Amino acid sequence: MSVRALEALKNRFGDVVVETHSDWGDDTAVVKAESWKEVCRFLRDDPSMAFDMPVDLCAVDFPERSPRFEIVLHLYSVGKRQRLRLKARVGDAEGDDAAIDSVTDVWVGVNWYERETYDLMGIQFKGHPDLRRILMYPEFEGHPLRKDYPANKTQPLVPYRTEEEAGLTLDKQAPFGIDEGMPFGRRTFDERDN
Amino acid sequence: MGELKSPGAAAEGTSKITIEGGASGTSGFATTKLDALLAWARKWSLFKYPFVTACCGMEFMALTSPRFDGSARFGAEAPRFSPRQSDLLWVVGTISQRQAPVLKRIYEQMMEPKWVLAFGTCASCGGFYDNYTTVPGIDKIIPCDVYVPGCPPRPEAVLDGLILLQDKITKNATGDRRPGIVKPREDPIRDLVKLRRKDKEDNA
Ligand code: SF4
Repeated sequence: MSVRALEALKNRFGDVVVETHSDWGDDTAVVKAESWKEVCRFLRDDPSMAFDMPVDLCAVDFPERSPRFEIVLHLYSVGKRQRLRLKARVGDAEGDDAAIDSVTDVWVGVNWYERETYDLMGIQFKGHPDLRRILMYPEFEGHPLRKDYPANKTQPLVPYRTEEEAGLTLDKQAPFGIDEGMPFGRRTFDERDN
Repeated sequence: MGELKSPGAAAEGTSKITIEGGASGTSGFATTKLDALLAWARKWSLFKYPFVTACCGMEFMALTSPRFDGSARFGAEAPRFSPRQSDLLWVVGTISQRQAPVLKRIYEQMMEPKWVLAFGTCASCGGFYDNYTTVPGIDKIIPCDVYVPGCPPRPEAVLDGLILLQDKITKNATGDRRPGIVKPREDPIRDLVKLRRKDKEDNA
């Protein structure tokens, strides 16, 4: 249980810690984006914390909130066997200036996580040594895991064949129709809004 | 020496064979035989190129291993990992947008006549992936001769697909290039249940 770690964070940083909660053994602290790196460094270096293993770093898109993205960092302390989740909120409604300090010089292991978050969510990590796309190809436009990315939008690298070219219909026959194939329907963000 | 016409020429209906020494005829019989012979040879000597990308790959390995002896029994045993030496492209697994150019290039490098078999629902129509990253079926980028549905398909289904393709190769002499789709088999469990019930009835 790292409730103790939450307390220590609050004592040490005061206002920087926006909120904390501990539910079902999940201990979470939301901190201000400006102090992200400082908090991380403290969590790694302080002997009573010793969070030496970054388990995961990702982001969540809340398109209707004003700091739109929540960056989520999961930490584990191998020696103390405790976990902590650290969050920071960034970005305006458009999601354009979503940026935060890179923590690659705190834990080298977050390098690829930050690249992935940049690739799929479009969050800039300031000071990252090599901020390139990692899963999508370099020519890809946009960030596909943002909730406003159209669910059916593809960006093919080679043009699709047309039916004239193929000389036959490319409509799938049984057993490939929508009724036979996919057991679930697609719901887009816009639909859910209404 | 006979002059061999390509199968395409035979599709027109009149088939011609010239025999050195002046004798030439328009007998449909001989050429049809030759076409059939070629088709037969092709049918039983497919050289496969496995383009294996995802979980269907494991099913492909099961198919090729001794239990099913998948393609060995059909003359398609030896895989060739160079597109220039193979004439049957197995597309096994999910094709992402990023891989699509590679797949297309490999298809283009293969020698004619060539065939493509889509193994699994992903290769056939994108499967349950309905998103930014997956090609919704390889027929969006290259022609495809046989679709084998299933996620993953059972080896029997794939063998059905291979037989379908062989049929198609023999029919190719008449220019039939419509893609084939392996139909789902009847679920054998039904018969088993019936058998067991019958067994019980007999014992009662
Ligand atoms: S069809 Fe199913 S088993 Fe085959 S690659 Fe797609 S998801 Fe995997």
